[in-house]
Amino acid sequence: MTGTQRPVRITDTTLRDGSHAMQHEFTEAQVRATVHALDAAGVEVIEVSHGDGIGGSSFNYGFSKVEDITLVRAAAEEASQARIAVLLVPGIGTMDDLRNAREAGASVARIATHCTEADVSIQHFGLARSLGMETVGFLMMSHRTSPEELARQGRIMVDAGCECVYAVDSAGALVLTEAKARIAALVAEVGREAQVGFHGHQNLSLGVANSVLAFESGARQIDGSLCALGAGAGNSPTEVLAATFDHLGVETGVDVGGVLEAAEEVVRPYLPRWPKADRTAIVQGWAGVYSSFLLHAEHAAERYGVPAHEILQRAGEAGYVGGQEDMLIDIALQLSQERDLHAVGAR
Amino acid sequence: MKIPHDSARKARAAIIGPGNIGTDLLAKLRRSESIEVQYVVGVVESDGLQRARDLGLEASAEGLDWLLSRDELPEIVFDATSAKAHRAAAPRLQEAGIVAIDLTPAAVGPLVCPPVNFREHVDATNINMISCGAQATVPIVHAVSSVVPVAYAEIVASVASKSAGPGTRANIDEFTHTTSRAVRELGGTPRGKAIIVLNPVEPPMIMRDTIFCAIPADADKDAITSAVHRRVEEVQQYVPGYTLRAEPQYDDPREKWDGNGRVTVFIEVLGAGDYLPTYAGNLDIMTAAAARVGELVATEKLAGALA
Repeated sequence: MTGTQRPVRITDTTLRDGSHAMQHEFTEAQVRATVHALDAAGVEVIEVSHGDGIGGSSFNYGFSKVEDITLVRAAAEEASQARIAVLLVPGIGTMDDLRNAREAGASVARIATHCTEADVSIQHFGLARSLGMETVGFLMMSHRTSPEELARQGRIMVDAGCECVYAVDSAGALVLTEAKARIAALVAEVGREAQVGFHGHQNLSLGVANSVLAFESGARQIDGSLCALGAGAGNSPTEVLAATFDHLGVETGVDVGGVLEAAEEVVRPYLPRWPKADRTAIVQGWAGVYSSFLLHAEHAAERYGVPAHEILQRAGEAGYVGGQEDMLIDIALQLSQERDLHAVGAR
Repeated sequence: MKIPHDSARKARAAIIGPGNIGTDLLAKLRRSESIEVQYVVGVVESDGLQRARDLGLEASAEGLDWLLSRDELPEIVFDATSAKAHRAAAPRLQEAGIVAIDLTPAAVGPLVCPPVNFREHVDATNINMISCGAQATVPIVHAVSSVVPVAYAEIVASVASKSAGPGTRANIDEFTHTTSRAVRELGGTPRGKAIIVLNPVEPPMIMRDTIFCAIPADADKDAITSAVHRRVEEVQQYVPGYTLRAEPQYDDPREKWDGNGRVTVFIEVLGAGDYLPTYAGNLDIMTAAAARVGELVATEKLAGALA
């Protein structure tokens, strides 16, 4: 089994999940400075991609200011000990994107699917392994399926060549025991052949607590972002994870002072706003809505004059999954039509 | 191709691949006034073959060899198998003088979307139906690009997980590549992107497609909107459940979009429910488009040869 030899390896996703909060406008200078600081602090894996994965630059998700492959190359140049990971969402990015990322210096491939659709990732794991990359499987929106089904999906990924399966709480909707149960089910199913990981969001302020419970349930890889920079209310903050695991005496290899400095001195100056659990983000956790929908819902809300939290509530009711950002405009149009009808009826 | 002189006669057709797609296609073609399905062919005994026999058709599990040894060969073959199987079958069908309408991603012949470019390929001996996403979105991209230059087009197809078969799942990149190629080459734009999302929600979601086109800052929005409406009506002739969810939406030009504005079109594709469930509009639009092309071939090519 490959993966980490440490009790816990923290993967920093400031430069991938944070891309959502940055509206995909990371500059090469920001990427270099962030990688430099994380690398110096001992973070071993740093994810760099468009928020929706390599190849995600689009009308639907937002165009990258700088092509993500350019940012991956810059990150790989900047890192001395850290390895660069990329996210790939099959159906959005392609195997060509993965080949380009590998060529640009990425050495960890994180392949993401909705939590019940793992079989679309099989060819991508095959390619990643043949390119000599370490592989991670990302089962997104894992609150939307049972621990047992999640384990079955993890099995599909591991059989395809995945070396670590993540329960991804994309909506920040898992509450403590729900996160634990999913990690335990994955460990029971694939634990002999692969590692298990957890990716949390702060929509219900439980990212770090869920991460600790995930570790206690057998997870060995945990995601975080500096200053929580990520979709929705942000990710489990890397610097809080590092301090918490250090407090628990769990070795992560990350220097707490180093990541605190990285968060404070490098990331904080470029934060567009500090991710927090405001009304729209809490609704995401509460209604189980994909965190990346946040800014798209806010834009649609502004454009059509309807409340963002109502758009997100509807998105949760409709069961929309990651990638369906276009549906938020559709919901906003429906809400504005309903409002107009209501106004006519009230006259 | 020599066609007996009988203008009232329907074109003889066969369906290879009696699975869900083949069975739904059969249901559509049985209503056709220009095509008569005579044969249904598989490679193993199946419910699909039995259904065909129950309808009084000749059906065999002995594959293409059986079909090509019939005394009366079909004039049109609809292939609903797999890309690999179609690549093997294509040269043999061509040699036998049979027009192949290919519902697999093999892309042996030209990519065809009926209201966009059938006329250019009326004499093709092998016609590829591209993908469900392309059939649902390329007509719209083409309608927009017929009014204004489209610098970039992007389509997002959302389909119910239950309607995405093992072939699609095993090679989802094939969908994105083929569909984006069709968006460019048929849609009429130098740059195109295709995205597919599988959604497992219950009850299953009806196929949805969103089409984004970058348009010039001074584009005539009314002209684009009416072109989109006209095109939707054309597609409705063979896919009745193809509808606009809302009026086309226009966004003002942005620097980030190279100074272009944007039009967004929201489509829903409700299937006819012939054999497949109605939510599977993605599969319905494939069989409906294939049936449409078959009828055009039958009436314009085969009948034309007689005149």
